[in-house]
Amino acid sequence: MTTPRTIRFKLNGRSVSADIMPHETIVDMLTQRFDLKGARESCGQGLCGCCTVNIDGMAVSGCLSLAWFLDGKDVQTIEGVANGATLDPVQQAFIEAGAFQCGFCTPGFIMMVRQLLDLHPDPTEDQMRHFLTGNLCRCSAYPEIIDAVKIAVAKRAELAHLVA
Amino acid sequence: MDAVTASPNIGRSIPRLEANDKVTGRIEYIHHLRLPGMLYGKIFRSNVPHARIKSVDVSAAEAVEGVFQVVTIDDIRKVIPHPYYGPAFHDQPILADGKVRFAGEPVAVVLATDKRIAEQAAALIVAEYEDLPGVFDEVDAMTSQTLVHDELKPAATFPDLQHLKGRKGTNIALDYHLVRGDVEEGFAKADHVFEHVFRTQQVMHTPMEPFVSVADAQDGSVTLHTASQGPSFVRIEIARLLGLPENRVRVRVPHLGGGFGGKLYIKLEALVTALSMVARRPVKIALTMEEQFFMVTRHPCTFTIKSGVNKDGRIIARHCEVVWNGGAYADIGPRVTQKAGFTSAGPYDIENVLIDSYAVYTNRPPCGALRGFGAPQTAWAYECHTDMIAEALGLDKIEFRRMNILREGRPQASGTPMVDAAVEQAMDHTLDLMNWKLPFDRGSGKIRRGRGVAIGFKGITAPTTSVAIVNLYGDGSCALYIGTVDMGQGSDTVMAQIAAEVLNIDPAAIKIIHPDTDVTPYDMGTLGSRSTYHMGTAVRLAAEDAKAKIAALAAELGLPEGTNAPLAELLRRKYGMQAGNIIGTGSFIPDYQKPDTKTGQTIKGTPFWGVGASGAEVEVDTETGHFTITKLVNVADVGTAINPKMVLQQLSGAAIMQLGFTTTENMVFRDGQLTNGSLADYKIPNLLDMPREFINDYTQSRQKDGPFGAKGAGESTTIALSPAIGNAIADAIGLFLPDLPITPESIFRALQDANGTPLAGE
Repeated sequence: MTTPRTIRFKLNGRSVSADIMPHETIVDMLTQRFDLKGARESCGQGLCGCCTVNIDGMAVSGCLSLAWFLDGKDVQTIEGVANGATLDPVQQAFIEAGAFQCGFCTPGFIMMVRQLLDLHPDPTEDQMRHFLTGNLCRCSAYPEIIDAVKIAVAKRAELAHLVA
Repeated sequence: MDAVTASPNIGRSIPRLEANDKVTGRIEYIHHLRLPGMLYGKIFRSNVPHARIKSVDVSAAEAVEGVFQVVTIDDIRKVIPHPYYGPAFHDQPILADGKVRFAGEPVAVVLATDKRIAEQAAALIVAEYEDLPGVFDEVDAMTSQTLVHDELKPAATFPDLQHLKGRKGTNIALDYHLVRGDVEEGFAKADHVFEHVFRTQQVMHTPMEPFVSVADAQDGSVTLHTASQGPSFVRIEIARLLGLPENRVRVRVPHLGGGFGGKLYIKLEALVTALSMVARRPVKIALTMEEQFFMVTRHPCTFTIKSGVNKDGRIIARHCEVVWNGGAYADIGPRVTQKAGFTSAGPYDIENVLIDSYAVYTNRPPCGALRGFGAPQTAWAYECHTDMIAEALGLDKIEFRRMNILREGRPQASGTPMVDAAVEQAMDHTLDLMNWKLPFDRGSGKIRRGRGVAIGFKGITAPTTSVAIVNLYGDGSCALYIGTVDMGQGSDTVMAQIAAEVLNIDPAAIKIIHPDTDVTPYDMGTLGSRSTYHMGTAVRLAAEDAKAKIAALAAELGLPEGTNAPLAELLRRKYGMQAGNIIGTGSFIPDYQKPDTKTGQTIKGTPFWGVGASGAEVEVDTETGHFTITKLVNVADVGTAINPKMVLQQLSGAAIMQLGFTTTENMVFRDGQLTNGSLADYKIPNLLDMPREFINDYTQSRQKDGPFGAKGAGESTTIALSPAIGNAIADAIGLFLPDLPITPESIFRALQDANGTPLAGE
């Protein structure tokens, strides 16, 4: 077998290191070495979005990307988006809209909605649908997810207003 | 105003109890479970659909560094001498036993401490087979000389299957019949007789959390941590396999990442238990998405429906012959055959009915329950058939339905009366939401528009039992011990609302003790829309029992009747400190009369009726066959909605799932080999598939014997959706499509056929 390699990166704001195998995916590393459960492998082909994490500001499928590409990167997972017990506006919006049933795809959706709103703070409904089309929800909470995006837009605007 | 809707907890859309843990990603699924010393199992599967196994060479796999052991049926037989399981038939070997019966069947398992090592090693296993002819189509299987099983092995679980024991020389696992009146006489008297054949395709549940189970076997006991919808059944079946009493088998289930009927009865549990016994270590098997296609699926079905109709539009006779393709192992297919057979004549008042419903074995992946227990497949046939008859007789499609619809109090084909079944109301509400009476733009040129409506119903698995425990602690706080599995439908929240309503406490403050058979009492399973009605009633009874015990305690302490002294205060007075419990229990089994084995007649064949109506508007490009569903409406009778928002979510989610089964999802086989078993090729709905106008609602109704007037809601909108779309397409293009799924290709082929220029090939 190949030998492990040490990588150093930022995980949810903290500097960390890990001895990882070359074949190890980001999801495997996060679950097995850091006990983080939010990014989940479901389809294993980068088609469902359950494994979405954010690397240097870009949403990435954690089941397809190898962990050692994270060396020197800034990684954010669903575990890093809340401020302590205070939920992120997108998380709050998902609860208010009831935008999930079983919850398995939910962290991936929330990561992707955050990316959507970072790029398009006030998206049209078409933009929402297209941007989130790579995330699958078999419970089909899709109407409520669109509601959640709309609520999140308002919540973010309100926060921006407060900061300004 | 109804006193029920004025109550503090019923009819309130409180958020899910576990909402916070789901948005932070911290909720517990077995997907993430790791136990100390645990081994990962990777399944080696057959690549042929029907064959004798000549040899399985595991030596190269066993030589891989990090491999603990490679297990075949020979190893399993040492710990479980008769390693066959299943809910209806004990026909499924824990690993292939001398023969494989579908491509994808588990043949061996590699156990390793690292799942990647197990995966690599499994690829080194070599099996040699002697191919046997296969049978794949359900109609062929009825008469084929190719037999999937040499002998039928019904389980003892269902007394009505005993007569099949030992039957040989057939692929028919079960036949179900219903006779009402004299169907031949009806056809002879009828002015018109219509006969059509409809087919549905094989599809898969596709839960986002793939099947996963972990077993930790000790000497004389076993603990299972499993993503299961039926922990009580798993316990009973594992105890039977191991020859242990129930109390030596513990089955624990936290939240599920979706189930939809797939994670029912017994799936990976028998295998991981056997592996853990062989290895004497905890063992986990987690399927990949691709492997889920080989676990359990929905029955394809061929439905021949024949109706005798009078010239005024009265249906006087109907014969339904339904053949269900059960795949290689029966799973719960016999129940699907009975339950969906039972309602396959549709929600119509027909004097003479004959139903023949057959479960057959084929060399395909096994089929089981999937959100509707077969009702969606039968409604596809009877509701397209309804429009075809109306069209042929020049009758208005709605008035034709109205003339024949089963009204409240009338006996359904089995003789069971329709009670609290708002079929006509659901249809009328659908029509209102469709603006049916307004003029409709039928399109022009190559773009044609159409609209369709369909209605449907289903019976509920019976008789089944639920038991609940309410535990109030020394400080007055409350926990609810139930075997109902919250797989996303929101049962935790609804059950808390029911208990809270009786006990007059805040539902959000109640703790749900999730299924753990060491602690939670029996429940038949989270299936078939049964939990709100069955477990909801058990919870109501348990809470009432607790309430009576509190009143008795108050009386014992000499307090006046109706005292509002808090429970914590009562317990403190009784025990002199914060101590003690109030434990209320409730158990519920509905009234039921077993159907006559020959005629299927019974006066109480279902505890309640599931009812759904759907309407669709479509736009078809007649040059290419491409179509868009521009509007989709679904209405269900759910009785009282205990949590209206979650009910609407169930209706909407079930509808979108069935939309996938109607338009895009299809397991495609070539010579028994699945050709599209991954999400890359098998397309489930995404956000872009949602119709632009998408309305879901429920009728104002009440299930009188349900908890606070409620009944199940999880499947109702799967029933009538496909035929509503099929009828809308037919309305647009003037051609009925008998087969699901409806695709641009199937529409284009139908149009070309009608033009006299048929396309070649399938």
